[in-house]
Amino acid sequence: MPYTYLDDIAIADAAFEARGRDLPSLFAAAAEATMKLMVDPPGLIENGVERRLSLADEELDMLLFQFLQELIYYKDAEDLLLLASDVEISEKNGQYHLEASAWGERRDPERHKLNVDVKAVTLHRFKVEKIDEGWRATVVLDI
Amino acid sequence: MTLPGELKKISETVWELPTSYKDGMRVPARIFMTRSLLSEIDEGVLDQISNVAILPGIVGSACCMPDGHWGYGFPIGGVAAMDAEKGVISPGGIGFDINCGMRLVRTDLTEEEVRPRLHELVDRLFKRVPSGVGGSGFVKISRDEFRTLVEEGSRWCIRNGYGWQEDLERTEEKGCMAGARASSISDRAVERGFRQIGTLGSGNHYLEIQVARPEFIFDKKTAAALGIDRPNQVVVMFHCGSRGFGHQVATDYLQSFLKVMEKKYGIKMADRELACAPFSSPEGQNYFAAMQCAVNMAFANRQVILHRIREVFSEVFGKDPVELGMHQVYDISHNTAKLETHELKGRSLKLLVHRKGATRAFGPNMPDIPAEYAGLGQPVIIGGSMETGSYLLTGLATGGQTFYSTAHGSGRAMSRRKAKKMFRGRELRDDMERRGIYVRSSSFSGLAEEAGAAYKDVDHVIEAAEQAGISRKVVRFLPIGNIKG
Repeated sequence: MPYTYLDDIAIADAAFEARGRDLPSLFAAAAEATMKLMVDPPGLIENGVERRLSLADEELDMLLFQFLQELIYYKDAEDLLLLASDVEISEKNGQYHLEASAWGERRDPERHKLNVDVKAVTLHRFKVEKIDEGWRATVVLDI
Repeated sequence: MTLPGELKKISETVWELPTSYKDGMRVPARIFMTRSLLSEIDEGVLDQISNVAILPGIVGSACCMPDGHWGYGFPIGGVAAMDAEKGVISPGGIGFDINCGMRLVRTDLTEEEVRPRLHELVDRLFKRVPSGVGGSGFVKISRDEFRTLVEEGSRWCIRNGYGWQEDLERTEEKGCMAGARASSISDRAVERGFRQIGTLGSGNHYLEIQVARPEFIFDKKTAAALGIDRPNQVVVMFHCGSRGFGHQVATDYLQSFLKVMEKKYGIKMADRELACAPFSSPEGQNYFAAMQCAVNMAFANRQVILHRIREVFSEVFGKDPVELGMHQVYDISHNTAKLETHELKGRSLKLLVHRKGATRAFGPNMPDIPAEYAGLGQPVIIGGSMETGSYLLTGLATGGQTFYSTAHGSGRAMSRRKAKKMFRGRELRDDMERRGIYVRSSSFSGLAEEAGAAYKDVDHVIEAAEQAGISRKVVRFLPIGNIKG
């Protein structure tokens, strides 16, 4: 997946840069980068449970903020480790909309190689930007 | 990094960035570090502490503690006091882990008595105090009961048999901030937190069995008054916060503040992580009430963990926790905002003091210190890295320069990824065991991230704090058993 962890910003926490040829692939990459901090490799997460995500925001970057925050929410509220697929993003009347399927399974310490807990998405240097090859996001997560 | 030319030396441990350093700074920023700590400072810290100095209503100076390092919004180790009438409240000045804090428990046991049972103790504690990603604790309550718990804090725990009455007296705020209102918290926050009471979390959260060696007791009389009164005495120290509940409260209000900050209140901040609202506004007051719920949840979390620790010691040593002398020494937060009265230029001001990765350290005979400790100053518990050592300090009368605040830990010096590349979790565990520290962790890679070498030297941090006159050292504890979250 196209994401890179960044070593030298907010050293007590975790930062990454995700890329995608379009917005759905950018969002899916950012979801995996977030989950990989908690379960490594995220490939160990099996596709057993699905949660539908339906989100809206006036700002594109805040839509990504909300989207990543959903995955963190389900990790605590339902003990679910989720990745995203079938992300659809549209814009209507100055509002961005996201529809996505988040799939995964309950946390299983016996099978999942668990790493650190992600507490929150921060807005420190948080950015979604258009680049020549598509889209890029910079995210700092609170650990 | 190269230090900016504007940074002015005020004394051996105080450095100042004047308001001319950055547009919009309302007060100077002061960094409380020795030259040696300052030479290792992250590039983000000076930028962040000078951003803090821009927040409306800030008074005195924006302060960075000796363990200050690069965070989000505020640096970790940031202190800012806002005028309660004209100033703002900012979730980024408190952190997502609201009331992340430290608790210290003494015992009558010595290292010689504990060593033979150390593995059993640590293994049992590891099972009984869940740690790591997500997870749920042993206290099973309904969502409605959780809403009561967040208004009552540790008092709820005592009422339900998880602790002793005296624990409340020895907890900051007596384990409950009175302004907590459950009506200010979202269902999502409840959903994230109501199963997590009694869990440690992960990252730098830990539970440690430590020893007070005679050579590391710096003030015998004060140490004894705090319950550290015999050679090679064993204590238990742990570090955790308000878990998913607090993280969600902070996230909820960060988003709601962003919507009103500029549009409704005309406040512009370059870093959105410094989103804020006037303290006296409905949004500010709601967040303050919700933040106090999270403060109370964290007190309750540490209270039930203390109950578990007493149970485990009692099982292993076949004695009642009272017989084992398992009295709580103190519990103190390092991520909060509190309303306090401070003297500034001869005037007494009501201030909202934000401390993020900074500990309150009131001087002797100041308010809100347990009566039995009043003459000593507020006890301060500092968690070092899992390999090096931790401290018990007390506040000083000269602490007014930082609104009576000091460091909270040793401060990270190396990123988590670098630490993981440099250390192997299993090797680190084996190496620590050879040095007499038995470690259990739910994650080996998580363990590597917390290697001692990833942190600043805690001794330097504590010395700098003492030299600056913001706290004084009483005891240094050495780890012998560790559960890393």
